[in-house]
Amino acid sequence: MSNLSLVITAIAGLSAAIAGCALPAKTRVQAAVAFTWGACIAALVGALAVLHTGHAMVLNSSRILPLTGVTMVLDPLGAVFVVVTAVVAIASTLYWLGYASHGLSTRTASAALPIFVTSMLLVPAAGSVATFLWLWELMALSSLLLVLVDQRRREETRSAAQWYAVMTHAGASAILFALVMLSAHAGNQTFAAIRIHAVHLPAAVRNTAFLLALVGFGSKAGAVPLHVWLPKAHPEAPSPASALMSGAMVNLGIYGIVLVGDRLLGGGPAWWWLTVTAVGVVSALFGALHAATSTDLKRLLAYSTADNMGLVLIGIGASGLFAATGHPAIAAIAMVSALLLTVNHAAFKGSLFLSAGSVQVATGSRDLDRLGGLMRRMPITGVVFLVGGLAIAALPPLNGFVGEWLLFQSLLHGLPTSSTAVAIAVPVGVAALALTGGLTAAAFVKAIGVGFLGRPRSEGAATAHEVPRTMQLGAALLAGACVVLGVVPMIVLPALERAAAEAVPGAPAHSLRASVDLRLAGLQGVLAPALLAAGLALAFVAVIAMRRLAQRRSHLRVALRRAEPWGCGRELQTARMQYTATSFAEPLQQVFDDVLRPDRDLDVSHLAESRYYTEKIAYRTSIGDVIEHNVYRPMIGAVNVWGQWARGLQNGSVHRYLAYGLVVLVVILAVIV
Amino acid sequence: MTIRSILQAIVHPRTVTEDLGPPSQVAADVPRLAGSLQLRHVDAGSCNGCELEITSTFGPVYDAERFGARLVASPRHADALLVTGPVTKNMVGPLVKTFEAMPEPRIVIALGDCARDCGVFRGGYGVEGPVGDVLPVDLQVPGCPPNPEAIVRALRGLTGR
Amino acid sequence: MNGIGGVIAAVLVAGAQIAAVAVGGPLLVGVMRKVRCHIEGRVGPPIHQPLRDLRKLFSKQRMRPDQASWVFGVGPVVLVATAVLIAAISPLATTRPPLGQTADFFAIVFVLLLGSVALALAALDTGTPFGGMGSSRAMTIGALAEPALLVAILAMSIPAHTSNLPALVRIGLAHPQLIASPERFLALGSFLVVILAESGRLPVDNPSTHLELTMIHEAMVLEYAGPDLGLVILGESMRLALLLGLLVNLLIPWGIADRPGAAALVIGLGALVGKVVVAGIVIATFEVFTAKLRLFRLPELLAGAFVLAVVGAFTALVIR
Repeated sequence: MSNLSLVITAIAGLSAAIAGCALPAKTRVQAAVAFTWGACIAALVGALAVLHTGHAMVLNSSRILPLTGVTMVLDPLGAVFVVVTAVVAIASTLYWLGYASHGLSTRTASAALPIFVTSMLLVPAAGSVATFLWLWELMALSSLLLVLVDQRRREETRSAAQWYAVMTHAGASAILFALVMLSAHAGNQTFAAIRIHAVHLPAAVRNTAFLLALVGFGSKAGAVPLHVWLPKAHPEAPSPASALMSGAMVNLGIYGIVLVGDRLLGGGPAWWWLTVTAVGVVSALFGALHAATSTDLKRLLAYSTADNMGLVLIGIGASGLFAATGHPAIAAIAMVSALLLTVNHAAFKGSLFLSAGSVQVATGSRDLDRLGGLMRRMPITGVVFLVGGLAIAALPPLNGFVGEWLLFQSLLHGLPTSSTAVAIAVPVGVAALALTGGLTAAAFVKAIGVGFLGRPRSEGAATAHEVPRTMQLGAALLAGACVVLGVVPMIVLPALERAAAEAVPGAPAHSLRASVDLRLAGLQGVLAPALLAAGLALAFVAVIAMRRLAQRRSHLRVALRRAEPWGCGRELQTARMQYTATSFAEPLQQVFDDVLRPDRDLDVSHLAESRYYTEKIAYRTSIGDVIEHNVYRPMIGAVNVWGQWARGLQNGSVHRYLAYGLVVLVVILAVIV
Repeated sequence: MTIRSILQAIVHPRTVTEDLGPPSQVAADVPRLAGSLQLRHVDAGSCNGCELEITSTFGPVYDAERFGARLVASPRHADALLVTGPVTKNMVGPLVKTFEAMPEPRIVIALGDCARDCGVFRGGYGVEGPVGDVLPVDLQVPGCPPNPEAIVRALRGLTGR
Repeated sequence: MNGIGGVIAAVLVAGAQIAAVAVGGPLLVGVMRKVRCHIEGRVGPPIHQPLRDLRKLFSKQRMRPDQASWVFGVGPVVLVATAVLIAAISPLATTRPPLGQTADFFAIVFVLLLGSVALALAALDTGTPFGGMGSSRAMTIGALAEPALLVAILAMSIPAHTSNLPALVRIGLAHPQLIASPERFLALGSFLVVILAESGRLPVDNPSTHLELTMIHEAMVLEYAGPDLGLVILGESMRLALLLGLLVNLLIPWGIADRPGAAALVIGLGALVGKVVVAGIVIATFEVFTAKLRLFRLPELLAGAFVLAVVGAFTALVIR
């Protein structure tokens, strides 16, 4: 019975795509959304059943795909990712209902979005190499179509789509090599067979497969230095698609790394996991730094995705490291923390991208330097963004805090160890965790404070009003998930434990005891998020009551007076005198000047009559991506040079082409004979 | 400075502060400040003679802080507006803005002869008038400049200490 | 006895700690001002002057910028609420505070960060350049101080195998050799620098400056009046008292109540007050002889604290 749910998901998804293609404009979005919800709910039910019982769901068919057949196996690890994708997809498609009038109601978009959602729902359930790769490609192509939706209006969209297409396919080739290599050695392309055969693989094959998988899946997850497509593609895609890409698609990169490293290859030597941790540390710091200094709202969110995925990679690396040095219990806790960080990230990043989309629709801009004063004009969106921002900054009582606490605890308790690798990796991991936490807090105080608070800095912000109900609801749904996961994380922890037990061989059945509080089994580490939340609420109410009491006893005629802000007696105070996002980030930019390398351009023009009088001074500053500038552009330049040289081979002369044919024929005859 | 001398400075301070006698009377119409007075000073056009006396008042010798008075930076934090000098035409706007930025209950103190009746600058082309023409004055401190003891006496009348 | 009796006892202990911090915080600030005045050669205001200031502030009018949203009014409340919560659950007067098993050091740091973030957001809501400036500088310093703080916590947690704060204090009481160890001193040295940075004391920030362009924390509160200002001042002094209380209990835990009972609690409170006053006097004396650091020299100071903490963590790892 439960096997049917995957079939229903696929069929519903396909119907949604057909409806999106075929129906007239008035009904196509609603029908596509309805069928997509059917697919999500079916997948959700099936995945929850798998998580509840602990038994995997298996589905085999040799008739659907020629030559290879389709094998679907949904185990608890995959089920976690399916649940996350389904929830984010339900919220994003709900949002799509209200957003459709802004360019997402075309036939292409209405067909691509359901296909994107369905392929993401089915990728964690893939049980053979061919199924996995087919679904992966489908996901990549449908998301590419979604990124291209706005391409006629904006030049940057085309460039972003190009980067995305090239990098996702380069990643897919790496994944293809790795998986094909493994299945060639195993003689069979199902994951079960590969897992059984993995112990017999020579070390060179294992290492190569793992590194290729790390490159391919890491690029999808946004790991630095393979992240350059993220800050280009996520902002250019329409908001429901951005939310899905950041909230569900990057998770599949993490799933892939855990799949190859832990499930297929069964763990590996410590240096694998040190590499993963190192990549995680660099991603977290780089992403957080760029988020803290970015002034484009969606680019800030995209870099923050890279930062959070870096933290997840630190958790996965720590888990593998502890397992490789013989501490499976702590390894399980570290894996649970990595999975919890993934789940949390989907919730808050999804809600942040959706509310950023609402802001873009209402004000016409995503430049923070042109926003402001939106909390009064868009109250619901403002509160949703505030909750998402506080959650991503890991502040209690929201969900980000619980995830980071668990990661910190797993790093701390993994320390009594004789391995020098662990002894170096853990303090570095903790320091990275701390610095990214601080930078993320600064980034989101900037985003919320400059974007929503204060006075509006442009006409667009001043005339903004609240977006349609479905858009508010879609974003609020995920923000509500942040609150629930923060106060009662125990509802997801048993499922995550089951998934972690799949990934870490030898883990005890229960490494966390979660009732009202979270306890680490056999260790001293307790957190009671519900009690913290209750305590905060009680203290909050008590302080407000005290303030009100003080006001009542003061016998003043007017207890609360609204007045012009104090500006040192200035006659004219404008909204442009406020701090902008650029100025807010300026101290951090100065501190990290060597890493960021901002471009500065100062243009002074003088009066015609005399060189001593300046007419105009123009100052431009921008922070580009250092890795893109120093690594990718030279590479692209080198490829261009090689391409130009190769053009010389095709100079149009028929004689030369005939000569090529003759030479190759002679060579082949020589080789064969 | 040795540890011993620092400890001695803390426990047995050799202060230069002069003893200014018992607490003063509280005026009938002063709002209940209960020993705490935050002052925001605005120079509305003075010659800075009064400012020098204010600096002395909050210095070690006269030490108005021991009676609960303190200078603050923002009028939102202040109870009393301490105005010196005749109000020049350019300073009318900022002075009124400063007064309106203060939360109630608020007091205006006109310090010095210029603040009371324009003093030696009466009739000048840049002078708008005394502080009383621009704001409702609650307390005046005469003198050109008033000496620190007079200023401290006025402040003690407000704090009641 | 457990059950209702236990709940009442927990509430009383929480109330006692909150009252001690809420009244003691402003008194601590008064003591520090008094020490400064005496070293400067003047009498200065009495020690309870900050309490007088607070009482007066609560009877004044509240004011609000005309275009601010609800965040402006909520900021000071969250600041004080977080300080109250931490005062209730921290091991200040007793090693078994209410909800002590959930008083994880990491959790306490992040609850205090919630208060700082709330104030920073409220400052941006004022719509003035000063609010943005204060907020930007405060968040930068917070971001740079966090690595030092968390690695210091790691260094202290490694020998004790836990990051639960009451457990750390209990273990310190039971095993003094854990306190007299290099990693504890290094970690607490780093913690002290972070406390100075987070509470806005010299050499990071001058709490009594009038020059807006040199302000870090004060710039965020220029717009508050009356009870809101009172809450901000109360919250800041509570945070200082709280953090110093944690520091002294991690360094010199003797005197803290280790058994249940009113007598032990009273002795614990007295010991806490004594230790925190001494710490305050030391810091105030240090402040008199220090000048404020340039804003762009602060990353060097915080990086130094980070290095101290990292050395402490590695020492903890090596010594076992």
